[in-house]
Amino acid sequence: MLNLKKALLALSCSVLATSAYAQAQQVSDGVVKIGILNDQSGVYADFGGKYSVEAAKMAVADFGGKVLGAPIEIISADHQNKPDIASSIARQWYDTEKVDSIMELTTSSVALAVQGLSKEKKKINMVTGAATTDLTGKQCSPYGFHWAYDTHALAVGTGGALVDNGGKKWFFLTADYAFGYSLEGETSKYVKSKGGQVLGSVRHPLSANDFSSFLLQAQSSGADVVGLANAGLDTANAIKQASEFGITQSGQRLAGLLFTLAEVHGLGLKAAQGLTLTEGWYWDQNDENRAFAKRFMEKTGRMPNMIHTGTYSAVSQYLKAIQKAGTDATEPVAKALHEMPVQDILTKNGKVLPNGRMVYDMYLFQVKKPEESKSEWDMYKQLATVPGDQAYTALAESGCALTQ
Amino acid sequence: MNTIFGVPAPALYGQVLLGLINGSFYAMLSLGLAVIFGLLRIINFAHGAQYMLGAFVAYLLLFYGGVAYWPALILAPVIVAGVAIVIERTMLRRLYGLDPLYGLLLTFGLALIIEGLFRYWFGTSGKPYAPPAALTGGVNLGFMFLPIYRGWVVVASLAVCIGTWLLIEKTRLGAYLRAATENPVMVQAFGVNVPLLLTLAYGLGAGLAGLAGVLAAPIYQVSPLMGSNLIIVVFAVVVVGGMGSILGAILTGYMLGLLEGLTKVFYPEASNIVIFVIMAVVLLIRPAGLFGREA
Repeated sequence: MLNLKKALLALSCSVLATSAYAQAQQVSDGVVKIGILNDQSGVYADFGGKYSVEAAKMAVADFGGKVLGAPIEIISADHQNKPDIASSIARQWYDTEKVDSIMELTTSSVALAVQGLSKEKKKINMVTGAATTDLTGKQCSPYGFHWAYDTHALAVGTGGALVDNGGKKWFFLTADYAFGYSLEGETSKYVKSKGGQVLGSVRHPLSANDFSSFLLQAQSSGADVVGLANAGLDTANAIKQASEFGITQSGQRLAGLLFTLAEVHGLGLKAAQGLTLTEGWYWDQNDENRAFAKRFMEKTGRMPNMIHTGTYSAVSQYLKAIQKAGTDATEPVAKALHEMPVQDILTKNGKVLPNGRMVYDMYLFQVKKPEESKSEWDMYKQLATVPGDQAYTALAESGCALTQ
Repeated sequence: MNTIFGVPAPALYGQVLLGLINGSFYAMLSLGLAVIFGLLRIINFAHGAQYMLGAFVAYLLLFYGGVAYWPALILAPVIVAGVAIVIERTMLRRLYGLDPLYGLLLTFGLALIIEGLFRYWFGTSGKPYAPPAALTGGVNLGFMFLPIYRGWVVVASLAVCIGTWLLIEKTRLGAYLRAATENPVMVQAFGVNVPLLLTLAYGLGAGLAGLAGVLAAPIYQVSPLMGSNLIIVVFAVVVVGGMGSILGAILTGYMLGLLEGLTKVFYPEASNIVIFVIMAVVLLIRPAGLFGREA
């Protein structure tokens, strides 16, 4: 009797062991490795940076640290906003470090380069930090996904709100690279479609520091709205100097087209008050968000913006897709990612289009006045919801060759 | 309306003025670099970090100590100079007899460490710092709206530049400093404490960077990146002006600021390389710089 019990126990143990082994076999190299590649030392380091890495780690921990019985590993690197550095890191990750997918990819020029490489290597990349719609348009990839936001959503959200409030004539201050062109282009298109007019634009180098000369050109253009088609520290500096030069006092309005909680906090409410901006997520919207933000705060000392929460969402969804596909092979996981609805902390009704665009509702916020704010991170008033279908380009118009 | 090369004249005046304002920062920073290089033969790569430190000390004084802008304008440069003196006494001093490359490597390493620490503590989106109440607002000059604070920056930087030039060229202390660079052994033999002089010179140079940082705090975001954004340009200014030439550094600072401002009107995309193009041309034609002496 005792022997039979022992035999049964041994048998069941070995069955368990082999099934776990069989499952782990579904995962290449016995580990799922996700690379977070972004700017960790430059103008966008607060926008995404090491805080996105922390968000990715939280997603892995919340998933239980294992998928299909295999451990999940997060590695990260700083691409310094340079596409050549980013490409060589990505190549090394894919070729020798057995990285299964690369995520975050702040800075559009970098994201486009790495997405091209991932397509060639048949690997999945999920962009949360970059903005250009080309990622799911002209340069889309069957294995490329775009989470969190894009230039179209920003144009419709922030641009739309200002045009509706009488801002018909626009002048742009544009960061001189892929992202700036895309944001200026999308916003111009939207402004014109609403009957507005674009008077001109001036292109400034990334991390320009002094914007006074550009602001003066904007001021003399006679525009109603000065559209800031830049991001991070550049936008913060431009807004700070715009108030110094009396741009807003003279009746012109500023549109920080890509402006998140990280930059508003850096700039302070005094300088940022009244600005309208578009984000996909805010910590103080409901109890679930507040609870997530509190955990994030304990790890990083700051509240997450849509890039950080978006990275959490992208990593979670990728792990769910591996689970569903029963393997970490690229084709089946990409298929699962395209099929599965997105329901997590970022959104309750997200869906992924065949071009890789994750469509979900965005929100229009206004920055509070200093006297309205009750705590350090209490910074936004919600003005409106921008439904996902309006915020993002319809599939047919995206220009993605995969879907035609 | 009058136009100059297709640009309305008032707009051009505005840009010229802005160029001079930016030139003030270039002049003040390159002045400090020139002082340090001229007297210590050290290429101070930590200059950008010391400028950033000046802005952050002002921010921290205000945030934690409630110290307003005006006292900070004195206190912050003194604190930065103090830090620099410690660096000079403990580290830099050991490198005087060696190839200038060692000094460059040491200060570059220090700059990376200081900036890295501040990035770790404060992030990169920066901290706000408001201009003092007395200097807020602006005046309409007819062709542009000039923020009073920017006007103050030009005045302050001119005063500092002239003051430093007088100190080094016209006073007894300055004479000692210049003599000590020419022939330290001889000057020491006359009973002058040369090592102390060099320490003071490094402190002075770094203090000037700190002062520029405090002046910059209300204009730019107080960010760990603010120094590295500027320092490369400032090095170009020093090279164009002639390494170690104090007057050269000041004049070139204003001149290149002006030229950069004009580039922003006519071809903005080139505004961040125009200074380097000029540097390349100057190096080809006059390797010692516009105001430098041929070695």
